[in-house]
Amino acid sequence: MSARRHLGILRPLPENAAFPVLLPAAERLQAKALRERGMGLPAFDLKPRDAMLLGLFLVLLMAGIAEAANGPVREGIVPTLIKWTPLLATGFVFNIAISFLAMATGTVAGAFLGLGQISIFGPVRKVAWLVTHFFRNAPWLVLLFFCMFLLPFQIQIFGVIIPLPDWLKATFGLALPVMANVSEIVRGAIETIPTGQWESAQALAFTRQQTIWKIILPQCIKRMLPPWMNLYAILAMDTVLASIVGVNEVMTLAGDVLGAEGGRTDLLLPIYSYILLWFFLYCYPIARWTVRLERRFAVK
Amino acid sequence: MVKRKDKSHGEAPIISAKDVHKAFGNVEVLKGVSMDVDKGEVVCIIGPSGSGKSTLLRCINALVQIDRGEIRVSNYQVHTLRTDKELLKLRREVSMVFQQYNLFPHKTVLENVMMAPVHVLKENKAEVEARAHKLLAKVRLENKVAAYPGELSGGQQQRVAIARGLAMRPEIMLFDEVTAALDPETVKEVLVTIRELAEDGMTCVLVTHEMGFAREVADHMYFTDRGVIVEDGPPAEFFAHPREARTREFLSQIL
Repeated sequence: MSARRHLGILRPLPENAAFPVLLPAAERLQAKALRERGMGLPAFDLKPRDAMLLGLFLVLLMAGIAEAANGPVREGIVPTLIKWTPLLATGFVFNIAISFLAMATGTVAGAFLGLGQISIFGPVRKVAWLVTHFFRNAPWLVLLFFCMFLLPFQIQIFGVIIPLPDWLKATFGLALPVMANVSEIVRGAIETIPTGQWESAQALAFTRQQTIWKIILPQCIKRMLPPWMNLYAILAMDTVLASIVGVNEVMTLAGDVLGAEGGRTDLLLPIYSYILLWFFLYCYPIARWTVRLERRFAVK
Repeated sequence: MVKRKDKSHGEAPIISAKDVHKAFGNVEVLKGVSMDVDKGEVVCIIGPSGSGKSTLLRCINALVQIDRGEIRVSNYQVHTLRTDKELLKLRREVSMVFQQYNLFPHKTVLENVMMAPVHVLKENKAEVEARAHKLLAKVRLENKVAAYPGELSGGQQQRVAIARGLAMRPEIMLFDEVTAALDPETVKEVLVTIRELAEDGMTCVLVTHEMGFAREVADHMYFTDRGVIVEDGPPAEFFAHPREARTREFLSQIL
């Protein structure tokens, strides 16, 4: 028995040694590596449970820092936050309501704008394209300011005076970029439908309108859902811009709370972290759900 | 040639194309094509890729507008039709089946067959449903009426596409390489269906690579190459004694 045989591990490996993959996690890690390579940067893939824990940790950290900086006389941070939670909650619900309204109106308007972009009439196409790209490339805050100053504070329809409150104008201002983005989503989805569908609809003597509404658009719904939900998450977060134009939503109320607490500097960080946490808890599940839908509806 | 129920008795051809020209941008696809198809005839067009066969087919039902020339289908001057209403009347008479089936994936098989008569022809839904069931039974798919196209095999999808074309009760059916995307076994089921249609007297224009089928079923063969019809004739003569050198070259490579 030569030493060579016993110390086989010291032998040089043959040219095409293939190692069987034994690690159970290897496949998952391999898929992850492929994804990262494709994206060009490391994939930040938080599981929901980890994300919640991270959020909770951040909040507790902020509260802890503030608590430590607190003197013994004033009320604790966490009790203060809990005390003001109902008020902040009404503000947050208002934000969500604005986001729903802006999304609904923006989606309807954007759908028609998107259909306008594929119109057979040249002028319609050009106008739709212009409107879409104008509102898509304008900062949301600037559009908000425009709407606050351009829209009248009341309108008269058939002798009935209807006041336009600030939040309504802000909702309209947020609906404009939503409209432009939905227009692009719709146009993009329609363009992914194979031309064979258009051809066979034509061969069966469907009019263009019938083809779009009965054949093309129903097939587009699935494809449009993930980017649309992504847009909603962005919109939900951007509703706080309305506070800058004077709407009484959660950011404004947070400022009011700080004022009511006598301008305590130690409350600054916790209260905004608290609001951040709420938005995170609202938007993160939407983002996860979007990823799940994207995988299910992946266009092959 | 197959025994047929109806045959034209000295009538004018049901399809008559004269000197058809079509260019896509700078590429001339059809350079003066003329073709006559009688009622009840089965015509097969063969030729290499890019020779204009599919384009010619699409000119017949006005999916493609021709640049020059005339196409008459039945009573319609196809090259003059512009509005949706006029084209609707033409496309009631001419149905087309595509290579990629192009079924509507979000509708069941029955709905696919029913959609056009209900929404385009505005026929009674119950009547259309009964007719759809009969058509699907004819293509031997009566047990798949509630299935979605994604659940069917290629051959089954193609047969649904044929049933969908038949639902409009056309006089003429156009087949654009309908078996090219199928495996050899499923090719047979589709060809049997087309053969039955031909025997029932349907005027069929097929663009196909199935030479055996063409030899058996066709009444007339056309060979296109680079936008012109090089040769045409009855299949017996066409396959046995092709006149043109190009035809001989093509046939020798595929037979």
